[in-house]
Amino acid sequence: MTVRRSTGFLVFLLGCVLVMGGLFVVHPLIGGEEYARGLERRRQLVRDLGLTDLCLFTEARYTRHLSQADLHSAFQDHPMALEHFPSGSLVLPPPHLLEGGP
Amino acid sequence: MKWIERQRAFMDYTLSSLWRRKLRNLALLMVYTLVIFLLSSVIFFTDALRKEAAAVLEAGPEMIVQRTVGGRHSLIPVAYAERIERIRGASSVRPRLWGYYYHQASRTNYTILVPETFSGPDDTVQTGGGVLRTWGALWDGRMYFRTHDGNSLFLLPTSAMSDGADLVTADLILMSEPTFRKISGVPEGHATDLVVRVRNERERPTVAEKIVRELPDTRPILREEIARTYAAIFDWRAGYVVVLLGSAVLAFFIFAWDKATGLSAEEKTEIGILKGIGWDTSDVLMMKFWEGAVVSVSAFALGAITGYVHVYFASASLFEHALKGWSILYPKFTLRPQVSAYQLAVLFFLTVVPYTLLTVVPTWKVAVTDPDAVMRR
Repeated sequence: MTVRRSTGFLVFLLGCVLVMGGLFVVHPLIGGEEYARGLERRRQLVRDLGLTDLCLFTEARYTRHLSQADLHSAFQDHPMALEHFPSGSLVLPPPHLLEGGP
Repeated sequence: MKWIERQRAFMDYTLSSLWRRKLRNLALLMVYTLVIFLLSSVIFFTDALRKEAAAVLEAGPEMIVQRTVGGRHSLIPVAYAERIERIRGASSVRPRLWGYYYHQASRTNYTILVPETFSGPDDTVQTGGGVLRTWGALWDGRMYFRTHDGNSLFLLPTSAMSDGADLVTADLILMSEPTFRKISGVPEGHATDLVVRVRNERERPTVAEKIVRELPDTRPILREEIARTYAAIFDWRAGYVVVLLGSAVLAFFIFAWDKATGLSAEEKTEIGILKGIGWDTSDVLMMKFWEGAVVSVSAFALGAITGYVHVYFASASLFEHALKGWSILYPKFTLRPQVSAYQLAVLFFLTVVPYTLLTVVPTWKVAVTDPDAVMRR
């Protein structure tokens, strides 16, 4: 007896749904407590040390502390100095510029 | 039951038809999966980072007051603290000492910081997870520093900061106040900025206004502004990554549109024959709908699964280069796995729905023509 093609596809689809369920629903529950402990450790350090930023882009001082940087850090070196660090291209202009406001 | 059996028969036919042109369709499936993989990776990664930033920085200082000179951040006199303390609503003010140290040997920028209480002696430092990993050689177990006036200073790294905190502390070097002043050259009586505590959350903007009125050369930064900065950076809808990805998605849809509108002579004949043997237009459209659905649902499932594995099992290694840029030090971190129905719905409506529509519309044009004319062409 030959298996219908649609049966094969539906089995494949069911497999995908099971894998997605395992990844999207079950996996986040595993290690949840450990993550919560880690998050509390990080929050404690942020509280104790008075930290303001994530340590993601360490290449330039204004990308290391994005929230503390000068408002015109792209021109900080001299008036014609344009942004030249790659992470600068990942960071958006301030919201008021995007909204077209003053 | 009859309806289900009818749809399964359509699916059987569609799958056989796809299999007849397997090379072309497999190539299409691969490209489609890749597009969804990239898009889902961006959505999962930026969302997880945004949530992590919000959760971690919620514990940060309520208000930072910087001094600006010539539009640039400058050292703030500690005497400003007393004047801010007198403002009603500000419960405490603490000078904060921090700065950057560029280490020539490793060509890396580190953040040096004086904690409120530093327990060790002056010739010791505490380091973040990435510091000793990138620092290079130690001299007799000590780290070599060059002070602001050109002298050498050897400091003993005593303890590393706790595990799993790289995302906030990877490049941090904690030291005592005298050591910090020696290295950075920040004179006595000055600090990098001030941390202001305002107990009542609703009073913060008012206190900030009063500070600017009292000390016009200062710039207060509220915790809410910091949170907004990070929310804006990691907003997938607005990030430049999505602008770049948008062009890839657009290119894919042009490709799909081209494929669908340029139905091959073989496909046109097939439609003609189907109509000739009694299929009506709605049957042909249903068959094409299933064709689009089979390809796009498979690509959606495979793309979303691989995107999830990439972000949460492989630490989004494809994005590491983009995030790392020119920096030497990159934190090691794992993000909390989480996928919401909203993210999946966004992904689905951005990819599957347009593709399925794109494949049905051109077929409708062929399907409504006379079968005889289609076969003769």
